[in-house]
Amino acid sequence: MAAALSREDLLEAYRRMKTIREFEERVHVEFAKGGIPGFVHLYAGEEASAAGVCMNLTDEDKIASTHRGHGHCIAKGVEVKGMMAEIFGKRTGTCHGKGGSMHIADLDTGMLGANGIVGGGPPLVCGAALAAKMKRNGGVAIAFFGDGASNQGTTFESMNLAAAWKLPAIFVAENNGYAEATSAKFSVACGDVSTRAAGFGMPGVTVDGHDFFAVHEAMREAVERARRGEGPSLVEVKLDRFYGHFEGDNQNYRPQDEVKNIRATKDCLNRFRDRVTREHDISANELDAVDAEVARLIDEAVEEARAAPDPQPADLLTDVYIKY
Amino acid sequence: MARKILFQQAINEALDQEMARDPAVIIMGEDVVGGTGADGEMDAWGGVLGVTKGLYGKYGDRIMDTPISESAFVGAAIGAATCGMRPVCELMFIDFLGVCFDQIYNQAAKFRYMFGGKARTPVVIRTMIGAGFRAAAQHSQSLYPIFTHIPGLKVVIPSSPYDAKGLLIQAIRDDDPVIFCEHKALYAMEGEVPEESYTIPFGEANIVREGKDVTIVALARMVSYAQKAAEALAKEGISCEIIDPRTTSPLDEDTILESVENTGRLVIVDEASPRCGMAADISAMVAQKGFDLLEAPIQMVTPPHTPVPFSGVLEDLYIPSAEKIEAAVRKCVEYA
Repeated sequence: MAAALSREDLLEAYRRMKTIREFEERVHVEFAKGGIPGFVHLYAGEEASAAGVCMNLTDEDKIASTHRGHGHCIAKGVEVKGMMAEIFGKRTGTCHGKGGSMHIADLDTGMLGANGIVGGGPPLVCGAALAAKMKRNGGVAIAFFGDGASNQGTTFESMNLAAAWKLPAIFVAENNGYAEATSAKFSVACGDVSTRAAGFGMPGVTVDGHDFFAVHEAMREAVERARRGEGPSLVEVKLDRFYGHFEGDNQNYRPQDEVKNIRATKDCLNRFRDRVTREHDISANELDAVDAEVARLIDEAVEEARAAPDPQPADLLTDVYIKY
Repeated sequence: MARKILFQQAINEALDQEMARDPAVIIMGEDVVGGTGADGEMDAWGGVLGVTKGLYGKYGDRIMDTPISESAFVGAAIGAATCGMRPVCELMFIDFLGVCFDQIYNQAAKFRYMFGGKARTPVVIRTMIGAGFRAAAQHSQSLYPIFTHIPGLKVVIPSSPYDAKGLLIQAIRDDDPVIFCEHKALYAMEGEVPEESYTIPFGEANIVREGKDVTIVALARMVSYAQKAAEALAKEGISCEIIDPRTTSPLDEDTILESVENTGRLVIVDEASPRCGMAADISAMVAQKGFDLLEAPIQMVTPPHTPVPFSGVLEDLYIPSAEKIEAAVRKCVEYA
């Protein structure tokens, strides 16, 4: 229930969503300028999912992410400046420039890694959940994956294993309608991903991913169930990405004006603003102040990332093993 | 005289002692207990060949049966390792790597590097290798070179009960991901094994037999074949030194090169396929670093480049034999 969220919680949720949005919009601009190497996959438009999920979690809880992972990182508390430096391939980055956009991980905040392999995360999350169960620390583990990974065998196997072992795991299917350039209407043969939960003996629900409150509430139930030792759940979050599969994707597989219409009518940040200013005694001025702080933070992050040193040649050979 | 036990008992004892020592050590795999959810006995199998039998009685839920879902449970072992556990996961046959390899080579192997040195993934994947059981093409392979190829993995291949125990304890205590290969034909091998716990460091080859004419490098079951060949050759006056690297990653290059410095001749015996296998890898290493030490071309004794056949007649032809090793050694010695 929304009642479970305090004013501070709501401002924090807004800050996380706004930080993700600013971060991604800025990466989009910087990528186009040519400062960012490799592949980047932007999360803009999907912020309510990452924030709605992670506002239910503590540092003890773990998440595994996807190639579209910046939003999950920020929502779980990974430091933004380190992330930006990582995306620029710099030595000061979260992974010292050796991971990049698709491999940002911060084990201290329970972020087990973005992942370059579609469906790579769910098995790992079974392990994180198993560790929590064996340590009896009340922790839960979340596998974020997309409609594309919802068709991977690793995801099916992991949902079955999590149910068989009754693990405190939650499978969050972020269905943005496209696996690369292929529509989920074609590739997800059952329609809603959440209906697959029945096949694994776990609850499944589909929520509107443009609505922070809907995501937060569905996750609250799933997390509480997992913490009570009642096993895993599947939460399908239907949402839209504002950009292509990767930066540089011309998105000619999407109808003209699709993104324009989504931005105009379904932007999760606008919906959140409308609702909290109407129902929660939060003023537009307060939210504007958050916007300004976030904008400053992202400006600094980009400036510092640009100025940061590259990795040194000797870094090529370090950290392959702990000891060899 | 020291106590003698079987290779598979040595593995079981290593697991038992490590589980007793460290509550973070857990075991998972297909039928590693056997009987979970069924109406009959628990610990029904203790692994498909009984290697983990008895551990369930001592450690209960710390040893877990899994669905037949290698990607999920191998990945779960890896994920649990990043969260403070020390899982020992059983991939029943190395041939099954095809249904879980992503979790091993794209995930576990790369976390440390990709995450800038912050990850710690102390997982052990125990797996059966080797031909000789008439188990045909999908249950008989020696695929350790594939794992050896991947930076970030360590690969261990014991050839005796003593090594099996010491190397497995080292593997469990090691903080990097380890692939631990157990040749199925060695499980019934008997040997002296101390009752107390001990470790054998990785990257330290064992000089199984000292000699001066020819160096034979051999792994796993091939070590005993090399010993048999060396006995026969000794009667002809040919003295063979046998080196068992014990781990292919890291590889003890120095011990191999020092031996070749003394003998000038090298035969490598490898049950893996010849292309891009350990025999080819060690040949290349010695050719690069020890060219001047060699008095004869390096000889490789491997199976032919074929799948493992089913028929006993064919499988016996497939596996390198003591006779083939002897022939390779003679060829080396006779080289003008």
